[in-house]
Amino acid sequence: MSAGNGTAETVLAVDDLAVHFGGLAALNNVSFDVREGEVASLIGPNGAGKTTAFNVITGFQPPTTGTIRYKGQSLNGLRPNQIAEFGVVRTFQKTSVFASNSVFDNILIGLHRQGASKTWEILLSLPRVRKEELWLREKAAEILDFVGLSARANELGGALPYGEQRLLEVAIALAADPSLLLLDEPVSGMNPAETASFMDMVGKIRARGITILLVEHDMRMVMEVSDRVVVLNQGQIIAEGTPDEIQQDAEVIRAYLGHGARRA
Amino acid sequence: MNRWLTWAWVAFLLTLPLWMEDQYFLHILITSGIFTIAAMSLNLLLGYTGQLSLGHVAFFGIGAYTSALVSLGFDLELTDTYTFVFAPRPVWVAFVAGIVVAGMSGWLIGKISFKVRGAYFVIVTISFAEVVRLVALNWVDLTEGPMALNNIPPFTLAVPGVWELAFFHKLPNYYLVLAVAIVSYVTVRRLVHSRIGRAMIALRENEPLAASAGVDVTRYLVLAAIVSAAMAGAAGGLYTHYIRIVDPDVFLFIYTVTMVIMVITGGKGTLAGPIVGGLIFGILPEVLREFASPEVQWIIYGVFMIMIVFFLPNGIVPALSAWWNDRFGATPSAGGPGTGLPDLEAATRTAGEAT
Amino acid sequence: MDQFLQHILNGTILGGTYALLGIGLTLIFGIMRVVNFSHGELYTFGAYIVYLFAMVLSANFFVSLVLAMVLGVVLGAAIEFVLLRPLRGASIDTTMLVMIGAWIALQNTEQLVWSGVAKSITHPFPAEPLILGPVSVSWVRVFVFAVAVLLIVGTHLLIHRTRLGKAMRATFQDRETAALMGVNIGAIHTATFALGSGLAAAAGALLGPVFVVYPTMGDLAALKSFAIVILGGLGNFMGATLGGFILGFVEEMGAGYISSGYRDAMGFLLIIIVLVFRPTGLFARKERVG
Repeated sequence: MSAGNGTAETVLAVDDLAVHFGGLAALNNVSFDVREGEVASLIGPNGAGKTTAFNVITGFQPPTTGTIRYKGQSLNGLRPNQIAEFGVVRTFQKTSVFASNSVFDNILIGLHRQGASKTWEILLSLPRVRKEELWLREKAAEILDFVGLSARANELGGALPYGEQRLLEVAIALAADPSLLLLDEPVSGMNPAETASFMDMVGKIRARGITILLVEHDMRMVMEVSDRVVVLNQGQIIAEGTPDEIQQDAEVIRAYLGHGARRA
Repeated sequence: MNRWLTWAWVAFLLTLPLWMEDQYFLHILITSGIFTIAAMSLNLLLGYTGQLSLGHVAFFGIGAYTSALVSLGFDLELTDTYTFVFAPRPVWVAFVAGIVVAGMSGWLIGKISFKVRGAYFVIVTISFAEVVRLVALNWVDLTEGPMALNNIPPFTLAVPGVWELAFFHKLPNYYLVLAVAIVSYVTVRRLVHSRIGRAMIALRENEPLAASAGVDVTRYLVLAAIVSAAMAGAAGGLYTHYIRIVDPDVFLFIYTVTMVIMVITGGKGTLAGPIVGGLIFGILPEVLREFASPEVQWIIYGVFMIMIVFFLPNGIVPALSAWWNDRFGATPSAGGPGTGLPDLEAATRTAGEAT
Repeated sequence: MDQFLQHILNGTILGGTYALLGIGLTLIFGIMRVVNFSHGELYTFGAYIVYLFAMVLSANFFVSLVLAMVLGVVLGAAIEFVLLRPLRGASIDTTMLVMIGAWIALQNTEQLVWSGVAKSITHPFPAEPLILGPVSVSWVRVFVFAVAVLLIVGTHLLIHRTRLGKAMRATFQDRETAALMGVNIGAIHTATFALGSGLAAAAGALLGPVFVVYPTMGDLAALKSFAIVILGGLGNFMGATLGGFILGFVEEMGAGYISSGYRDAMGFLLIIIVLVFRPTGLFARKERVG
């Protein structure tokens, strides 16, 4: 799967990032890049700081020091919705959907950014508002089809089985029209068949031209779908390279064995 | 089916005065209508964005006072030598001014209080209403304080020089309130069925996820506060020109509580909920009046509120529409993928499609 | 200057009872996550119990005060048991609505039983004020202040020196862990609500003889308690104590130097200002609202 995009342009540049909670450093001196069109993975034992890194990139957690740039634009100090405006959209580690809305409405909410109707236009119910609404509904149906949830359109988000909720979550993120998609442990809790089909999905998302940054514990998946892997341990980067290189890296093996991380 | 129901309901309300001659009952309907508008406005915040505003009466009162003052005119002695004189303006101008000023206060309170959520938000809104009440009570030069603003002019309809109708009677007021109620309903309906309404619901359901999908949390909360406050201000304006007297008691917390009871009883976050709740709690006092003192009525309200939370936490409308679907076998997929609405709320959401 | 000293003294005296109201409310919020809208009704209840025993039944004034506190504890426990226990784990808005219902029902019950006419309670203290140099204060207020301080200190000791207090603090810190460690959360909730209610009833019982007693007297008391609790940070015991005194001072100063009509507005202005600039309260460590 490694496509060897070594020459592609850097889109996300994380530079010298540090996050301290009180005296504790959750991240320290972390720098890495994500390149256009690739699948990059962030791995490491529990508590290594992977989710913290996601939170900082997407504006949910301010960094103590360091900069984050996306396509040359600094993301520091921006709120999550502003970061989404630049096309950086995430999913959450703990399953997160709009539980009491229908699956279809979940996607419509995700499509928020793609609508343009102004308040006054909506209050006057202008023809273009209605047209846009129809267009959004078509789009939502298309996205549901893409992730294979069309049959579930009218069920409540919270009523879906676990694996499908995870798919719904990805669908909501896709609806927000990302150019960089951050997936936080998307297959955790999925059975092997679901995981396998999710791996196909990653390929399909990537085929749409969306760059992916993945946090995942399932090493088989990471090694199979990633172009590059960044390994965090105790808040610091200990290795970076292609899946093959990472699998050979002595320090990585030590970190994983030392922490008794989940095996693939 | 639901569209038909909505039109039948509107037709019923339109023709009601033709056969209902009891003026007192008409009065009850007018005041219930005014409170229903206020409840609809509260529902936008409480039901759709999920923010429990317990200072909502402030916007109602600000609308009432502004409209009264603009129609009456006022003098303010700003310095010893300079007095600001505001001449009386036509009642319609005053009514619009009330809506605008209430909307502006909604913007203000939205800006300052949406930094905080949960219990903090509730307490900020209560505090705001209390401060406004105390200002109305103490700024005697402007508001006459506890002596109240009297002789507030009623609404008028006129063709200059030809014909004029002042709304001293109940009938024109009834139709006016009905018209404003319909406009309010349509406003809320259009908002909640649009990307704006979906953004508000998204905040209520899952704020971090909404933000990560690009929903500007603060923007939509403030927008909801502005629209909601303006609508409550309209209700206040209707009230002030109908009752024609306004005193600081319009800011009492108990009126906010009445609106909250209306919304949660009817069903928060549904379009029909505040209407059902507004009518129940508009008419119930009149029924109870026969055999219960006001204290007993209020005790019944309090107990009722507790019972609703315990036994019907989503309110009457969702319970009824769930019952209807069970009884008449509407299958969960009846809406089809095109509508994407859970059937539970379909009854309320599709109502009035043509409006 | 003398006037300023007098305001300081009045503010302190007033602050004592405010602190009493505030710590009751803040304990209930901190430990139970319940915004207790019936707090003001317990205050009213305390005042009417003193009226009932001291004036109607001609019992001893001090005995009546003690009875008011005890019955406040009993009523609080009953409310918790009937209304809040079934809703444990429900959202904060849900319990808030139930407590608003309880508030309306209780207030109108008072109104039904006692009518809307204000009642006054006579107390056994001398009418002449205590004069301290340039300032003076009535004896009954000195008594009220002393009892309030005793109750605050007593509550503090209860929380920090007893097993019950330890369990309460554990619940406050982390409910799940406390439950795992064998703390009976249900019992702690009942005890907390009863204690908070007893403190509110005590405040009402103490102030009833200073002012007059009427059915809606609790409304302003409840709203001020919220102000105090916000000032101190929700769930913060020391914050509520200090918040009570701050509100007392600010009200006295506001009434003395701005306008007495706006005395009651001071607390609410403070809330708004505090929440705009320091949303977690003046003394809070970290926001505790989930």
